[in-house]
Amino acid sequence: MIEAEKLTKRFGGRAVVDDVSFRCEPGTVTGFLGPNGAGKTTTMRMICGFSHPDSGRAGVLGGSYRELPNPGRRVGVLLDASAQHGGRRGREALALSALTMGVEEGRVDELLALVGLDRPAARKRVRQYSLGMRQRLGIANALIGEPEVLILDEPANGLDPEGMRWMRGLLRGFAERGGTVLLSSHLLHEVDAIADRLVIIGSGKIVAQGSKEELLSDAGTLVRADDAAALGQALTVAGLEAREAEGGGFLVDAEPRAVGAAAQGGGVALVHLAPAGDAGLEQLFFDLTTDNGEEGE
Amino acid sequence: MSAHAIELKAAPAGRDTRPGLGRLTKVELRKMVDTRSGFWLLLAVVGLTLLSVVITALAAHEDQKTFSHILSNALQPAGILLPVVGILLVSSEWSQRTALVSFALVPGRSRLIGAKVLAGVLLALAATAVALVVAVVGTAIASTSAPHQWSLPLGLLLQDIVYVVSSMLIGIGFGAALLASAPAIVFYFAVPTALSALGSINSLHGTIEWINIGESAGPLTERVLSGHDWAQVLVTLAVWMVVPLAIGLWRITRRDVG
Repeated sequence: MIEAEKLTKRFGGRAVVDDVSFRCEPGTVTGFLGPNGAGKTTTMRMICGFSHPDSGRAGVLGGSYRELPNPGRRVGVLLDASAQHGGRRGREALALSALTMGVEEGRVDELLALVGLDRPAARKRVRQYSLGMRQRLGIANALIGEPEVLILDEPANGLDPEGMRWMRGLLRGFAERGGTVLLSSHLLHEVDAIADRLVIIGSGKIVAQGSKEELLSDAGTLVRADDAAALGQALTVAGLEAREAEGGGFLVDAEPRAVGAAAQGGGVALVHLAPAGDAGLEQLFFDLTTDNGEEGE
Repeated sequence: MSAHAIELKAAPAGRDTRPGLGRLTKVELRKMVDTRSGFWLLLAVVGLTLLSVVITALAAHEDQKTFSHILSNALQPAGILLPVVGILLVSSEWSQRTALVSFALVPGRSRLIGAKVLAGVLLALAATAVALVVAVVGTAIASTSAPHQWSLPLGLLLQDIVYVVSSMLIGIGFGAALLASAPAIVFYFAVPTALSALGSINSLHGTIEWINIGESAGPLTERVLSGHDWAQVLVTLAVWMVVPLAIGLWRITRRDVG
C-alpha cells in the first residue's frame, strides 16, 4: 500500500507538488501520469524518503519509508534507471544490492534471467548499456528483495515494444499475486496498457484520478459530422459544452444520447457518435501538456 | 523469464532485519574495488608501492636504506592515492547518482556514511600492511652497511598508520563535503600547494604551518614526532579531516537527494 496525503513541495517559492493525495491498494497497478515537470518524480522521491515534503505526508505499508528496517525487502524502488555507476558491471550492481539487503547472491542470476539480461550483457559495464538495458537492470534491482510494493519512475522509457509487452506481463503478474505497483510515465499509451488505475497530475496538482473505467466514462462523447460548422452551431444551441477534438469533430461534455438529440435538433447528419473513451483521455492529457509546457523536472 | 522468481513469499526471515554495520561496511569495501576507476587506482597504489621500494632499495644513499626509510617511501603512493579512493567512495554516489539506489536500501544516511568511514579505515590498514610486507622484502634485498638497518620505533609505526588512515579519511571528508568528484580532487591537491605558496610569505609562515597538511603530516612517516609536532598534526587534521567530515555529514543527512 502506498499513500500520499496532501503532499506539498516548494522549490524557490513555486509549488512543484501541490496538495497531492492518492492511495495505491494491494493488487492494483496505478499509473502516475503527467507531462514532464508536472511533479511526478518529486512526489515519488518524497514517498521514498529522498526529499522532505513542506507539508502533508507520504507513506508505504502503513508507515514512513525511512522507518522500514530493511526497505529493499518490502518495497522495490526504481527512481532513475541512469542512476548506476557507469564503471560497474551490471551483475555487480545487483550483487551489491543483494548483499546490502541480505539476499543470497544466487538470486542475482535468477533476476538477470528474469529481466532478460544475458551473461555477456551482465558482464558489461553499465556505461555501455542502452537506456532499455538500464531499465531492465533497474527493474531487476527493484525486484531482488522480493518486495510487496513497487515504485517505478518512468520504467518504460527506452523500452522497445517487446520490452513494453514484457513489462506489462511482469507488473500485471506482480499485482495479481497481491503486490502494489505505482509507475509513472509522461506517455499515456505506456500507462494505459499496464495500469488499472490512473492518477493524472499537471503543474503539481492532481487533475483526475480513478479506475480507468471511471475516467473513460467521464471523458464525454466524441461526435463528427461532414458539416462541422453546423454541428458546432447545433451543440451551442442545445447548450452543450464542446471543444474541437484532435483529428476532427467535437469532444462534448455530455452523454451520446444528448449529443445525438442536439444534432437532430440542428438537422445535422452525423458520421460518428460514441463515448470518447481513449480519445477523451488523450484530449485531457493533451490539454495538460500544452497548458503547462515542458518545465523540466 | 520464469514467473515464479517474483512470487511473493510470506515474510521470509530477514525481511524486517536492519542490515548490520558490518554488512554495510563489507558493501562499501566492495564498492571501492568493483568499479573500473577504483580497481585501477588500487592497482596503481600497489604498483607504485613496489616501484618506490625497488628504487629506494637500489638507488638510495647507503644510510637511507633502512627499514623505516624504505617503509616511509613505500607509504607515499597510498598517502597520495587513497584520498582519491576516499573522495570517489562518497562523491560518486552523487556524480554517478547511485545515492538513489544506496539510500533506497539504507535510508539511515549517517549509518551509510559510518560504513564508508569504517571501510576506508580498513582499506587504509590493508594498504599499510601491504607496504610493510613490501618494505620488509625491499630492506632484505638492499644489502647495506647502514647502522640500525632494521630498527622501527613503535611510535613511528603508529605514526605511519595515522598517516595512511588520516589520508583516507581526509579524502572521504572532501568527497562528503563537496559531493562532486572533480572539484573534490582538484581542491584536495590544489589547496596544499596554494598554502605552501602562502607559507613562503614570511609574515604568514607561522600560521600556515599549522594548517598545511603537506608540511605537518609529512614528518609523520619520517621521524618520531615531538609534542610540538603532534600539536601541529592534530590541528591540521582537525581542519582537514574533522571539519570536512562534519560538513559532509550535515549536508548528506539534510539534503534532498535527487
